[in-house]
Amino acid sequence: MESKDYLKDISEIKDLMNKSSRFISLSGLSGILAGIYALIGATIAYWLVTTSVRGYLILDGTIFRICFAILLGVAFLSIVTGIYLTTKKAKKNNEKIWDSSSKRLLFNFLVPLITGGIYILIILNQERYGHTAALMLIFYGLALVSASKYSIGDIKYLGFTEIILGLICALIPSYGFWFWVLGFGVMHIVYGTWMYFKYDKN
Amino acid sequence: MSIINNINKAFDHRIRLGIMSILMVNEYADFNMLKELLDVTDGNLASHTKALENVEYIKVEKQFIGRKPNTRYSTTKLGALEFKKHIDALEKLINKQ
Repeated sequence: MESKDYLKDISEIKDLMNKSSRFISLSGLSGILAGIYALIGATIAYWLVTTSVRGYLILDGTIFRICFAILLGVAFLSIVTGIYLTTKKAKKNNEKIWDSSSKRLLFNFLVPLITGGIYILIILNQERYGHTAALMLIFYGLALVSASKYSIGDIKYLGFTEIILGLICALIPSYGFWFWVLGFGVMHIVYGTWMYFKYDKN
Repeated sequence: MSIINNINKAFDHRIRLGIMSILMVNEYADFNMLKELLDVTDGNLASHTKALENVEYIKVEKQFIGRKPNTRYSTTKLGALEFKKHIDALEKLINKQ
């Protein structure tokens, strides 16, 4: 009879440790939408490049600037959607959105991500753009893995997937665009759907 | 008998165990955070934190944020060690049966 009490103690300890240190309100739906934005952005960029005079991308053309703007737009929309849906979900579950666990989550996510972003801008400036897609995937994956310690859900696996895609992409950089579409578009939708059905649906 | 000896009397209460669990995975936690997570009254929580403080398992820092007093708690090295021993002892007890 005593051992049952101890078992209960242990499970309570585990529960409290999770609740107090992990941010559990990341919304699955925002993953799906981020994936859709990425696919729409990629489609527009693809259409622009293939119908342009040259038919491929060069670094200082107008089309490159438009593609860059699309990229920023996709990132911006994804972030805004993510914040909005996550806030909404947190309110529904009576959780605080801005506590020590979400701060830690954000910090651990942003350090690798910003490092990668700056690095990519530097090498773009040196006109070495062949590995841009691979680097984006790798650094984004690292950011997810680093943040995963502070969130439940299986964000870690999405992170590993992105890293592996990025590494394969580095081997065949000419397919960079397609890997980008797969990593940021398709994978987000797959992961978001999975999370949605696992955690959000009720 | 040695296993039973490691079961720590200071942790022999749901709320004390809860306080330690939270502090083990957080650098620190303030009074309100503990209160919300453990779902206890002020007085109840205060008496249990006091008990843990007296055996020097947790450290208490009082400070002001603006004008509001704020009390935050963290584990001491001794507290963390004793908590680990306690959990190991619990596990052994469960596995034995």
